Amino acid sequence: MIVEFEKLTKVYESKLRVVAVDGIDLNLEQGEIFGLLGPNGAGKTTTISIATTRTLPTRGTVRISGVDVVQHPAHARRHIGVVPQFNTLDRSLTVYENLYYHCRYFGFSHANAKARSLALLEQFLLTERRGVYPAQLSGGLAQRVQIARAIAHRPTVLFLDEPSAGLDPQSRRAMWSAVEDLRKEGITVLLTTHYMEEADSLSDRLAIIDHGRVLALGTPEQLKQTFGAQTIFDLKLKSRDGIDAAVTSLGTRPDVSGVEPTADGLRVIAAAQDGLLPELVQATSRFGLRDLTITEPSLETVFIQLTGRDLRE
Amino acid sequence: MSSARKSGVRDQGSEVSDLARFPVRQAAPRQLDSRIFFKAFLGLFLRDLRVLTREIAPFLLRVGMQPLLFLFVFTFILPRMGGGNPMAAGGGKIDFGTIILPGLMAVAIMFSGIAAVALPLSSEFGITREIDDRVMCPLPLWAVALEKVCFSAMQSIVAALLVIPMAFYIPAIPVRANISNWFVLALVLVLASLLAGSLGLVIGSTVNPKHIGLVFSIIVVPITFLGCVYYPWAWLDKIAWLKYSVLFNPIVYMSEGLRAAVTPSVDHMPWWAIISALIFFLAVLGRLGLRGFLGRVRS
Repeated sequence: MIVEFEKLTKVYESKLRVVAVDGIDLNLEQGEIFGLLGPNGAGKTTTISIATTRTLPTRGTVRISGVDVVQHPAHARRHIGVVPQFNTLDRSLTVYENLYYHCRYFGFSHANAKARSLALLEQFLLTERRGVYPAQLSGGLAQRVQIARAIAHRPTVLFLDEPSAGLDPQSRRAMWSAVEDLRKEGITVLLTTHYMEEADSLSDRLAIIDHGRVLALGTPEQLKQTFGAQTIFDLKLKSRDGIDAAVTSLGTRPDVSGVEPTADGLRVIAAAQDGLLPELVQATSRFGLRDLTITEPSLETVFIQLTGRDLRE
Repeated sequence: MSSARKSGVRDQGSEVSDLARFPVRQAAPRQLDSRIFFKAFLGLFLRDLRVLTREIAPFLLRVGMQPLLFLFVFTFILPRMGGGNPMAAGGGKIDFGTIILPGLMAVAIMFSGIAAVALPLSSEFGITREIDDRVMCPLPLWAVALEKVCFSAMQSIVAALLVIPMAFYIPAIPVRANISNWFVLALVLVLASLLAGSLGLVIGSTVNPKHIGLVFSIIVVPITFLGCVYYPWAWLDKIAWLKYSVLFNPIVYMSEGLRAAVTPSVDHMPWWAIISALIFFLAVLGRLGLRGFLGRVRS
């Protein structure tokens, strides 16, 4: 296990007692992209802050490559790369220097730091901007520099805290592909997000957390199946005369959990869709099936089922 | 993109970083830490040096302007105005230039320390959180703070030494400097500079960036004016309450220490008292500054 969270707890004792993280147990495997999905205030950022040595836990431990981050923070930091939620690039240094001095902080010699920085500029398509100051960069570019900087010292684990917050869709996709590419370098990635789409498409496994607790853990597919996320079939029909009989007969199928008439047709909610589709088409053909829309099970539906609430954006 | 990535991967194999030579596992962390720590510390220092060299002209203006104008007005213009001017005669036998040379060095140290630590820290801790990357380097947090203080001390020493040639060329009456004990001078310079950096650390890590200007007016300026900069401490005899209350002001020991080292002919405190006080204040402010720094970077 490359990252181990054990009974991690963080309580902020002030006027209002806030339990930000409430006994989180997680294990990340080498090379996987792991998503922490949850609404704002669920405890994602606190969890990452503890793992990256910037916050002390109230209880519990985090080990990165076997190094306890509370006992040996300076040592643990060598294994950690961080892309924080906000742009923390060094405003007094150029893009190249941001990478170069980051390497120097991690003990690289001048020649190695230079070679590594130039290679990263090339890898992240930033070569042309090497002499630019961070204040002159767009949000997407700054994020790219931050990812490049975070992996410059070749950490074993990269922490991305809300990496796509504030990015336009194009930059977001560029960021996703940059993260995908890290997989080939064998870096383990832990990212937090409250975008379902991001968690679904990027993570190998993910944990849904809320109120500082892990509610569910697994691959996106497993989560959708285990937590009975439903597929929704929306059928548009020319006529609805005598539809009640069809509703009753479809409703008897064991995999169908709900059938309801809509304004212009019928909605069927089912746990699985094997063999259901032809039967639906057959059963509704005499009503003049005009259109059929299938909404695949999504993390959104899983999330709503687990937390009873929508993701706050 | 793909070729670039390939080169990145190849890089990993051949030009392995110095870091990679160390085993990743926890085997004997203590032994490898000292080398890593030293290199990380050096990296932070080099970064600050790079930023400073980029702003060398503003740096020189910042540290040089005040002593330059001060010497020009009080030791060049005023003495030439002649009759009835108290500045012309200084404290009696001794000219004003000789009295304030060490004081101006102390002020230079003090202001450099604050400008080099408090101002950048308060903005780096502010909205941008630029400090994050440096805090995440493989150093204990106290060492990150220590680097800030050491780098500021280096600037303070340069600023103090810049005052000496000015004091030789500007005053109408030649300054009577006599550095007999270089060891004391070096010791006082280093301690005073570290002290100024620690004070900068305290201010930078505890004061809200919005109020940093106010802190200058209500803390930095008063302790400078009452820091025995413009007169030796011994001359406060007739104002006893002031004489003893300024003993809580660390700037007093910077001025007096430099007086003892640079212009020993002017009355000054015994140097053992000065060194002890500087060490005491360095310990107190260093501790406070470190606590403030840790509080800001870690929650």
